[in-house]
Amino acid sequence: MTGGSRRELRAAPKSRENLLGYLFASPWFIGFFALTLGPMVVSFLFAFIKWDGINLEDIKWVGTANYARAAADPDVRKALVNTAYYSFLSVPLGLAAALGLAMLLNQQLRGISFFRTIFYMPSVIGGVATIMMWIWVFNPEYGLLNDLLRGIAGIIAKVGVSAARTWEPPKWLLSQEWAIPSLIIMSVWGTGASMLIFLAALQNVPDSLYEAADLDGAGKVSKFIHITVPQISPALFFNLVMGIIGSFQVFTEAFLMTAGGPNKATLFYVLYLYNKAFQDFEIGYASALAWILFIIIMAFTLLIIRSSKMWVYYAGE
Amino acid sequence: METRSGAYYRVRRNAWRLSLYALAFGLSFAFLFPVVWAFGASFKPLIEVYRFPPTFFTWPPRWQNYPEALSKLPFAAFIWNTFVITISSTVGQILSASLVGYAFARLNWKGREFWFLCLLATMMLPGQVLLIPHYLIFKNLGWVNTYKPLIVPSWLGGGAFFIFLFRQFFKGIPQELSDAAKIDGASELRIYAYIFLPLAKPIVITVGIMSFIGHWKQFMGPLIYLSDYETYPVALGLRMYQQVEGGSFIHYLMAASVVALFPLLILFFLSQRYITKGLLLTGSKG
Repeated sequence: MTGGSRRELRAAPKSRENLLGYLFASPWFIGFFALTLGPMVVSFLFAFIKWDGINLEDIKWVGTANYARAAADPDVRKALVNTAYYSFLSVPLGLAAALGLAMLLNQQLRGISFFRTIFYMPSVIGGVATIMMWIWVFNPEYGLLNDLLRGIAGIIAKVGVSAARTWEPPKWLLSQEWAIPSLIIMSVWGTGASMLIFLAALQNVPDSLYEAADLDGAGKVSKFIHITVPQISPALFFNLVMGIIGSFQVFTEAFLMTAGGPNKATLFYVLYLYNKAFQDFEIGYASALAWILFIIIMAFTLLIIRSSKMWVYYAGE
Repeated sequence: METRSGAYYRVRRNAWRLSLYALAFGLSFAFLFPVVWAFGASFKPLIEVYRFPPTFFTWPPRWQNYPEALSKLPFAAFIWNTFVITISSTVGQILSASLVGYAFARLNWKGREFWFLCLLATMMLPGQVLLIPHYLIFKNLGWVNTYKPLIVPSWLGGGAFFIFLFRQFFKGIPQELSDAAKIDGASELRIYAYIFLPLAKPIVITVGIMSFIGHWKQFMGPLIYLSDYETYPVALGLRMYQQVEGGSFIHYLMAASVVALFPLLILFFLSQRYITKGLLLTGSKG
């Protein structure tokens, strides 16, 4: 008994250890080759074919035609503009809201955990169920949002601004101009996760820095710009990268709330990709679209990482 | 003079704190109002839902909305399906991520560092690139219209981030513990299952909750792979309340949404600590 185990301890043969390692990691290896690397290669090749995904005999090699088609496709342009519009507004607004809430929670207030819970909750529970609820909030006639707006307009009208009397609130999801802003409002509602990451960063800023600034007679604004912002810049960096990656993949909201409408006003990139892949069964074209998205997301991520050397401050560097 | 300026600052500070409270309460209302609004609508008769100007609640509440909404479509089945998919995936993610994490943290094998880099690289890949090949693979395996495409991938590694979490945790466990177990004749599998996995309980819970919530809410996967509505999870089932009967049954849609939200709400309040921890682990990785 002891002899056997001692032998194992002394000389677990190298090949046996290798085998054990690969065996333990084998679920991931299967997944990596069958569901990541293999499909990546296949998807890359798909981007150069024309196929409806049914009969292998129908596969036609078309070279770079899919990419050329995407470059000329007005719907792709529309989807890219929509997605960029959504992303470049929802991410900064979400980050600003998250930072503002985190700073509010970072004040020494009683019952802070109650407020933190409320602000954080939407980002956890948000999904199809809350999307359905927001559809009803955005309803132009019977929704809460416009009820509030009409109330405010009524007060302004009473004060004497006559323009407010005839003012009509937006039709939100039903309007071409307001559909994307509606989705942005909803996305800011779900900013709680970024808020918690900011809050953790704020709580890690050493008090001594603020105390030193106080001695130098620094004001609130100056302390915020010269101490808080550099100190939390790693959190800002992380939230920015995750926000950009996430917002470029926006799908479910538009699929459920507007189906890309009205008049393609919310036709987002992934929604278009989904339509091409699973409604039109254009395997090749949709694969090319997926790779274009990959390259766009990669480019933005690398751009942020590159620029981070100039604005992200890491303690101890 | 001295006391007057002291009082002045005290008043100013209190006014500042008071306005912060007012702001915090106002914002809390803003964050809660979509859910409260839907909750109110879920208890209204249809005619009140479409009353102008709108109201938050009407009296008496129409309780029947709930049983009526849930029996309009096989809602109990939707919930059950969601549980089947979610639990199977979550268990798979915990087991396979911890096993693979153990291999990367505690076993010495050739190429480990290289494969670890590959593992980290997979985090960068957006899922859309894999969407179409996955669909064709699962279609050819005959898995379309089953839960296998939604569950099986969870058992194959469980995702780079979760593997990473387990690896980091396992790396911190002293080597003496493994050595002692080996002297007693325990195999690596036993050491993993009886020593390391129980020690990793905080990570197991964190990963479990993150995985559960993620699978409960997933939409695109079921949308692509399931076409028979009786097999729908609740995320897809809710969508049918939008379509069936022309979408005019808002009170039913809201009631069903409230019920669908309920498990998530409960889980959120029970395990906010772990959810927060998981989130901050994500953040510290960056």
